[in-house]
Amino acid sequence: MIDAAVDVLTTRYAYALMFVVMGIGMYMMIANENLVKKLIGVNLFQTAIFLFFVAVAYVEGGDAPIVPADPNPGELAMASPLPHVIVLTAIVVGIALTAVGLALLVRIYAEYGTLREDTLREVRADE
Amino acid sequence: MSNLAELLPALLIAAPILLATVPIVLGLRFDRTGWSVAAITTTALFAATAYLAAAVYETGRVVHVLGGWGEPQGIGIELVADEFSVLIALLVTVTAAAVLAYTRTGGPRGNTFYTGYLLLVGGLLGLSMTGDVFNMFVFLEIVGLATYAMIASGDGPESAVAALKYLILGTLGASMYLIGVGFLFMATGALNMDVLGEAIPQIADNGGSDLTLLRAAFAFIFVGFALKVAQWPLHSWQPDAYQHAPDGVTPVIAALVSTVSAYALGRIMYNVFGPEFLTATPYLTEIVVTVGAVSVLAGSTLAVIQRDVKRMFAYSSVSQFGLIVVAYGLVTQTAFVGAVIHLIGHGVIKAGLFIGAGVVAVGYGARTVDEYAGLASNRPFAAGSIALLLIALIGIPPSAGFIGKWYIAVGAVEAELWPIAIVIFLSTMLTLAYSARLLEKMYFTPATGVDSPHPAGVATDGGRAGAVSIGMLGILIVTAIVAIGLGFAGGAFFEWLEPFTSEVFN
Repeated sequence: MIDAAVDVLTTRYAYALMFVVMGIGMYMMIANENLVKKLIGVNLFQTAIFLFFVAVAYVEGGDAPIVPADPNPGELAMASPLPHVIVLTAIVVGIALTAVGLALLVRIYAEYGTLREDTLREVRADE
Repeated sequence: MSNLAELLPALLIAAPILLATVPIVLGLRFDRTGWSVAAITTTALFAATAYLAAAVYETGRVVHVLGGWGEPQGIGIELVADEFSVLIALLVTVTAAAVLAYTRTGGPRGNTFYTGYLLLVGGLLGLSMTGDVFNMFVFLEIVGLATYAMIASGDGPESAVAALKYLILGTLGASMYLIGVGFLFMATGALNMDVLGEAIPQIADNGGSDLTLLRAAFAFIFVGFALKVAQWPLHSWQPDAYQHAPDGVTPVIAALVSTVSAYALGRIMYNVFGPEFLTATPYLTEIVVTVGAVSVLAGSTLAVIQRDVKRMFAYSSVSQFGLIVVAYGLVTQTAFVGAVIHLIGHGVIKAGLFIGAGVVAVGYGARTVDEYAGLASNRPFAAGSIALLLIALIGIPPSAGFIGKWYIAVGAVEAELWPIAIVIFLSTMLTLAYSARLLEKMYFTPATGVDSPHPAGVATDGGRAGAVSIGMLGILIVTAIVAIGLGFAGGAFFEWLEPFTSEVFN
């Protein structure tokens, strides 16, 4: 049992790490009262997924996926390029989301003068 | 014919997204061009979708391979127009064009709003057409981004808070879906839905660690969509978002955004995983059906106790989408057709009800159930239309709500899940309970002389005083008639979907 756990941790530590980061991001998203930090939590969560995709693409002993100009390169061991492309697209999507989120935060701050969720709740209850 | 039809899936997505920039550019010189651009675009999109539907009817599914990258391993992105996706695309374009009749005078105004509107339409059409699971994630996020921006376009400060809540939860849902896609890719090495659909039964037969990956993938994808479709207990963003969005925005969002997400869930469940995987995996259908059934009961119970009308309709959406998820979990052909009919019917009914809520808020100043008192004698057409739509929502025959529920109930009986048939019956009773509250106020309670806290004519987004235009009222009445008329189309839907369902279920 312990052996199996150690084995998983030594060979699959990247995955384990990603899910820890994901958990931290999700915890920040849920537990932090500061709205900016909530948004950082969302970003952390997404970044963990991107790292997960990059880790999935890795092939043992593989190079970066740049095919040489040689017309007959023979047997090539390379990391799969597809998840990398997916991550690039997902990063762009993530940036757009962060921008919209921050714009909303600016507006909330202008309207209520606070970025803390508990204060915000009190202010809204008073109205 | 065929050449144009093959191009259409790509054009349907690219055209609205590109044209979304036009209102901003024209806005530099002219003041109110956004509405005209949006109206012309959505009408043209509707015509194009109708043409595509005709092509699909004649020749079967139309596939557009983006960039001609037709790799056999399933890496190139395909756009697929089949009976199922064309039906949803028709709903999207019709609703998008129709709601513009409301926003013309009902607001929100401004060229940037129509930019968001066209982006939303493009994203929704992409979500319905795509045949690639990662591409679906991108379109989910495009739809999400446009929706957050449009909800936040309300003038009240509450709308920004509601939009932020939706943004955080919506992103979480889409990210969950992305993890599921990652697991699918690990198990199969493909992203194309058709290739996945062929690979998954083999992996399921072989078993082993790849099967575990598939099950994990399904779990993540289902939780992600449960957030997007607003299933209990992940629905908490929806009432805030629907209530605080501008009156002209809620009909589009309520009718389309969750509907197309629910369609995407159906597409993933039946086209990618397939009925065999769903029934062979232990506890899978049980969990899906339970989530749906609990949403049905929780959503309608919460709707009964709401005071704000828009909030009540929002909780009602939670319960109606619960019915659709239940139907997905039953895995029978009848229930699946019922789910599709209910998707369309609920979309039309909710668009109508939220247009009605907007018309009443602008013209009569009523936003809570109590303020609807005496509406029937003061605003007979608005009250009549809302009453018809509520009757359709309850599911009194003949109406769109009835045939959807009927097929789902028959599917439950076919699957011999009697508790589900009881849940559907209970949901009808609870829908009756909250609809009857509104009907009673409108028709049998005389208007009170007390000044309403929301003075008539001051829409939150600055609509003209007391201005309910003919377009606003007209589209409300038309929607009510369509909601009833669809009640006669059950057999037509069944036949139209026959090629798709017979392929999936055999």
